Amino acid sequence: MKDVTLSLAEVVGEKYVSSQPEEAYFYARDPGLMPAHKPDYVVLPKTVEEIQRIVRLANKEKIPIVPMGAGMSLSGLVIPLKGGIVIDMKRMNKIIEVNEKARYVIVEGGTSHGLLKAYLEKRYPRLRHSIPDSPATATIAANVMIHGQGRLSQQYGFNSDMVAGLEIVLPSGDICKIGSCSLSPEWFSKGAPLPDLSGLFLGWFGATGIISKVALKLYPKKRMRDVEIFVTDREDLVPDIIYELTHTEMVEDINIFAQPLPMIFKDNHHIVICVTGDTDEELEFKKKMIFDALDRFIKSKDGGFMSVAPAMKETFLEMPQKSASTFADVTKGGGFEYSGPIIVVERYPECARKLEELATRYALKYNVTARVIGRGHSMMFAFSFTFNRADRDMMDRTKEALHEASEYALASGGVFWKPTIDEQRMAIERMDPNTRNLIKMIKKDLDPNGIMNPGNWEVNVDEI
Amino acid sequence: MFTLKFDENLCKTCPTCDCLVKCQYLDLEIDEARKEMMKIIKGGDSFVLQDCVTCYGCEEYCKRGNHPFYLITERREEKGILTAPRAITKQWINIGEPRGKYKLGEIKEKILSFGFMPEFLELVQGRLFDDVMPSYVFGQEFFCNVVYIHFANTSIIKERLPLVIDNFRKLGVQEVVCLHDECYGSFTSLAPAYGIEVPFKPIHYFEYLYNRLQELGDEIRPLKSKVAYQRPCSSRLCPDTHHFVGDIMELIGVDLVERTYQGENALCCGSIFRMMYGYELANDVQKRNIDDMVGHGAEYCVFNCPACLNALATKVAKRGIKPIHIIDLCRMAIGEKPEMEVV
Repeated sequence: MKDVTLSLAEVVGEKYVSSQPEEAYFYARDPGLMPAHKPDYVVLPKTVEEIQRIVRLANKEKIPIVPMGAGMSLSGLVIPLKGGIVIDMKRMNKIIEVNEKARYVIVEGGTSHGLLKAYLEKRYPRLRHSIPDSPATATIAANVMIHGQGRLSQQYGFNSDMVAGLEIVLPSGDICKIGSCSLSPEWFSKGAPLPDLSGLFLGWFGATGIISKVALKLYPKKRMRDVEIFVTDREDLVPDIIYELTHTEMVEDINIFAQPLPMIFKDNHHIVICVTGDTDEELEFKKKMIFDALDRFIKSKDGGFMSVAPAMKETFLEMPQKSASTFADVTKGGGFEYSGPIIVVERYPECARKLEELATRYALKYNVTARVIGRGHSMMFAFSFTFNRADRDMMDRTKEALHEASEYALASGGVFWKPTIDEQRMAIERMDPNTRNLIKMIKKDLDPNGIMNPGNWEVNVDEI
Repeated sequence: MFTLKFDENLCKTCPTCDCLVKCQYLDLEIDEARKEMMKIIKGGDSFVLQDCVTCYGCEEYCKRGNHPFYLITERREEKGILTAPRAITKQWINIGEPRGKYKLGEIKEKILSFGFMPEFLELVQGRLFDDVMPSYVFGQEFFCNVVYIHFANTSIIKERLPLVIDNFRKLGVQEVVCLHDECYGSFTSLAPAYGIEVPFKPIHYFEYLYNRLQELGDEIRPLKSKVAYQRPCSSRLCPDTHHFVGDIMELIGVDLVERTYQGENALCCGSIFRMMYGYELANDVQKRNIDDMVGHGAEYCVFNCPACLNALATKVAKRGIKPIHIIDLCRMAIGEKPEMEVV
C-alpha cells in the first residue's frame, strides 16, 4: 500500500494534507463532552473531483472518512470515532449561483453562513436565508445535514426543509444530483415532483455521502426588523402563547429562553418575538396583531411585554445571535453542550421543569432555550449546561445530567436533534424495527465498506 | 414597619377633589371622586383601584400634599390587586435587588446619584459637571426603588429604601444631586410620607444644571430652537422642580413650545402602559403626545428620564423631531457635543 499521506497529497497538494499531531489534536475534539478521537489524516479538497478521488482511495484502502464543515455541532458528529480521514470542506466555499427571481442560491459544500449572509447583503439586499444562531463560520451544508434551525425556521421549518437541491459524492465516489437539478439546469426543488431522495442524505451526518453542492431557498428580506419580548412566570402557558402568536402569521422568529441569571431573567420565561416589515406601517400593524393576540394573557396578568432597551434589542436582533456563545463560557473554562430534542410545543413546560430540576440536582449552570419550528408544529428544546473543562467532576456531572435529559426527552416523545453517539444509540434501540432495518439497508447498499463517518447511525449497536 | 402618613380629614374637606377629577385616564366628577376617594380611605372596594394606570398625576394634583397615589398603591397591595402582569412585576423587583456590584466614583461631600440608570454613566460628561464629577454613585445599592409604586408594591420600597438611604449615610455625603426624578422624589416626597429619615440634602439635577449654567453664562450661545419637553411620571413626585425646565430653556435660548400636553397635563411616555396594559393605551398616549409635539412645531423633544427617552426617541425621530436629553441640550448650549444621539 502506498503511503496514504502521499496519495492524498497527490490529490489535493502537499499543503492541504496532514497527518501531523498538531492537526490531529484539533480535529480530534469539539467544544462538547465527547472524548477525543484522533484522525489519521486531515485533508482539504478544493474541488468535487478531488473529493471523488479521496473517497475512491478510502474505499480501496478501507479507511474511514469523516466529512466536516466547521465542526460546530457540539455533539461530536465530526469527531473521527474510528480514525481515518477527516475531509475539511473549508476550501470549497464558492457561491456558485443566485437565481434572484426563483429565490435560491447554489453554494459549495464548505460555504459558511456568514459568507452567504455578507454576499446577499451586498449583492441581493432583498433576499435572505435562514441563518442559524451558531458562529458565522458554521457551514450551510453541515447545517442542513444536521437539520439545523435558523431565523426563518418558525415560518418555513428546519433549514433542511429549505434545501432546493443537492450534489452528493456517494461512498462509491460517484457524483449524484438530487432534486430538480437531476434533470433540469434549475435547482428549485430537492424532491417534489420527483421521488424525494434528499432524505437519503439529510440527517445522516455524512454516513451516506458528502454534500459537495447545496442549493438553498432564499426568502424576502424586509427592510426593517424589530423585537418584542413577552414574559410569563407560568411555563404551562407557554404553549398557548405560542399557539396564539403563530396563529397571527405575523412573526419571523420565536425563541424562548429562561435562566436564573442575570436577575432580570430570574423566575420568568421569555418569548422573544421578531417581526419584520418594509414600512413603519407594516411593522406597526404586525405588532398590533401580536399584542392583540396576547391581550388575554395581559388582562389576566399572566404575562406582559417587557420593556426592551435599545442595547438589548440589538443583542436579540443580531444575526447570528452571539448570546449562545456568551452563555457557552459563563462557567469559564470553555465547556458547553446541550441536548436539543425536537418536541411538540406542549412539552415545553415539563421539559423546562426537568431542566431546572437537573441543574439543581447536579449543581450546574443552565439555560433553557427553545426555538419554534414551522408555525408551532414542533420546537427545539435545548437542555443546556456549561462546564469548566478543567473540572473533571463538573464534566462528569454535566455528562450525567445530559444523559438523564436525553432519556427524559425520549420518554416524553421527543426526537433527538444532532444526537451524540450516546443519543443515537438510544434512538436506534427505541426505533420501530422496520425503520431500523430500512436504515441498515440504505447504509449497507450505499456504503458496503462502511467507510462513511463510521459509528454514526450504526444499526448494529455494538458497532457504535 | 413604616406606615403612610395620610390625613383623612384633608380629603373629607377637599374643595376640589382634583386628585381624581383631574385624572387624565379616569372620568370622574367631583362628587363621585370624593365618594370613591373615601371608599379607598376606608379600605373599601373602588373601581379606581382597578382602573388607575399609575401615571402618578394625582400626587401632583393634590395641592394639600396628602399623597393620594401612595394611598391607592397601599390599598392595591393590601387587596392583592396587580397593576402589572406578575412576570413584569417580578422582573422589576429582581432587577432592583442589591447585588454588591455598584460603582463608586471619588466620593466627596457632594455627589451625583445615577441611581440604577446606566445611561447616566455615559451622559454625565463635560464642564457642566466639572465641580462635582467624578464624585458619583451607581447601582442597585443606590437605587431608590420608587418605581415599584407602578407595581403596587410599597412593601418592597419600605424594605429597601431605608437600606438605600443608609448606604448614602455610610458614605458620609452631605448633598446628593439626583439625576433622576424618582430618586429625588423618593427622598423629598416618599420617604417623608412614610417617616423615613433622610440624612443628607437631596438636590434635583435641574437645579444643579441651572446654577451651573449661570456660572458658565458667558459661554452660552443661545440655541434658538423650538423644543417640546417630555415630562416623566416621576416628576409628579417633585412638581416644585418643574419650573426649572422653563428657567433652563430660557437661559440657553430655546423656545419651550406651549403645547397641549405639558405641565400638569403632560402625558406619560407610554413605556409602563405598554408593559401593563398592552397596545391600545400606550399607542394612544404616544400618538397624541407626538402629534402634539409635531403640531406645535417642535424641533427637539427634550427628555428628562432615560426610560422616556428609550420609549420615545425613535418614534419622535421618525416624525422629524430630534430626541435629546436635557443634559445634552445644555452641553450643546456651551459648545459641547451631545453624548447620546438617536438617528
